Amino acid sequence: MIGLLKGLNTTLKTLFRRPVTVQYPDEHLPLAPRYKGFPALLWDDNVQEPYCVGCQVCARYCPTECITVTMKDNTKFKDGTSTRKKIVDFFQIDMAKCIVCAICVEVCNFDAIVMSDAHEESVFSRGEMVADLNRLLEMGRGQEKKLRKS
Amino acid sequence: MKMEAEKRFDTVDMMLNMGPQHPSTHGVFRMVLTIDGEKIVAVEPHIGYLHRGTEKLCEGEYYLQIVSLFDRLDYISSFNNELAFVIAVEKLMGIQVPERAEYIRVIMCELNRIASHLMFYAAFGADAGAITPFLYAFREREQIQSVFEAVSGARMMHNYFRVGGVIEDLPPDFGDRMNKLIPKLKQGIQECDDLLTGNEIFIARAKGVGAISAADAIDFGMSGPNLRACGVLEDIRRSEPYSVYPTLDFDIPAGQNGDCWDRYMVRMEEMRQSLRIVEQAIAEMPQGPVIAPQVRKIVKVPKGEVYVRVENPRGDFGVYLISQGGDKPYRVKIRGASFCNLMTLKKLLQQCYVADCVVVLGSLDIVLGEVDR
Repeated sequence: MIGLLKGLNTTLKTLFRRPVTVQYPDEHLPLAPRYKGFPALLWDDNVQEPYCVGCQVCARYCPTECITVTMKDNTKFKDGTSTRKKIVDFFQIDMAKCIVCAICVEVCNFDAIVMSDAHEESVFSRGEMVADLNRLLEMGRGQEKKLRKS
Repeated sequence: MKMEAEKRFDTVDMMLNMGPQHPSTHGVFRMVLTIDGEKIVAVEPHIGYLHRGTEKLCEGEYYLQIVSLFDRLDYISSFNNELAFVIAVEKLMGIQVPERAEYIRVIMCELNRIASHLMFYAAFGADAGAITPFLYAFREREQIQSVFEAVSGARMMHNYFRVGGVIEDLPPDFGDRMNKLIPKLKQGIQECDDLLTGNEIFIARAKGVGAISAADAIDFGMSGPNLRACGVLEDIRRSEPYSVYPTLDFDIPAGQNGDCWDRYMVRMEEMRQSLRIVEQAIAEMPQGPVIAPQVRKIVKVPKGEVYVRVENPRGDFGVYLISQGGDKPYRVKIRGASFCNLMTLKKLLQQCYVADCVVVLGSLDIVLGEVDR
């Protein structure tokens, strides 16, 4: 009987504590600065083009092979406005396959990819889980601060 | 006439299929129980529902990628799994890990042990019929998870340890967070203890149920808290020390009877010991680099083979790594602690009541990700 009362005493004390939960869809807990959401691409504002040159390192080291990349010649290099000889042509991440391991960020030599804050990515069909270059750049807007300096 | 009456009372054993979607099987695990009335006569465990072929996958992946696969074995204690693999690779390469990295690893592993044991406490309480402990344990566990999120960026699949150290240093506010977290955890564990340990109903459900002798436990290859509950003082952190454990002061709790109650009590005490280790490690942690300077992003490992085992929250977690040189391993064999612990189930459930079956399974604290691999 003593044990039961001791337990009840514990629950009684908790009754007067502030709740630790939040009402989820309306309220959100803050994310950690290092939070790893889905990967996104960064935009070089100086030259108005992506940082990504399409070198395919991320695609090669992705454990689930969810990244597809191709590169093309950069027209801005010929104009002399950009220092990038090549630029990303096609970039696609299958978010349904991505395991959010951040290996792509680790191996990228151009600091072009970043783990964004995006994590509420529910969609109605599987096809919508595939993000193309435009969507990835959109997701990466304002995420430069999350780039891991190594 | 008498014969006929006796015939009418003849009983037949009943086959009862438990799982794979049963909430108390902690994942996807199926038991086929043969029961005679209320007693279990035989049990046939069926595993493999969560088999992902990790060992085979490892043969085709770079060392860098394999760490992320190890997260997904025992997903309640990811840091400890990562540690086993990176130590194996470091041994083959002969890398000296910077001291700060070792301390970071130990802090993370011990916090992970507390989180894992809290998860056990939560599930075990629920298995015994008490829902409230679940909520208490998750409240405390949540705080540890947010520290993990701040450090590694992920709450469960961290991918934080690297061959030669850790990927990046602790965040600047780590000290403040820990100063707040440790007293809270101490209080939380005490509250959990008050809530359930003395409860007469819980004691009646757990004491004397599912007992195994030390000799049997060793024969089955049991390890970790389950083995210590039988009174065997075996802890790899002591018997085969790795990382900076030799410099840290902690006790190894042990039970006597090897029943569900002892398995529970050992884990409760282990949480306190882990907190002691975390406190010491934070106090002693030096400044400096967190990754060995000679390590490149793409690791190349010389020819050789090595077996490394670490003390996972569930017991002896081993990695047998064979390298033929190059950037991918030739073979990775994983010794799962949960797998060996689960194998005792046939013995534990003999002549047990059906109602106790869930409690016994819960007390083993298995994670199917590691059993099936």
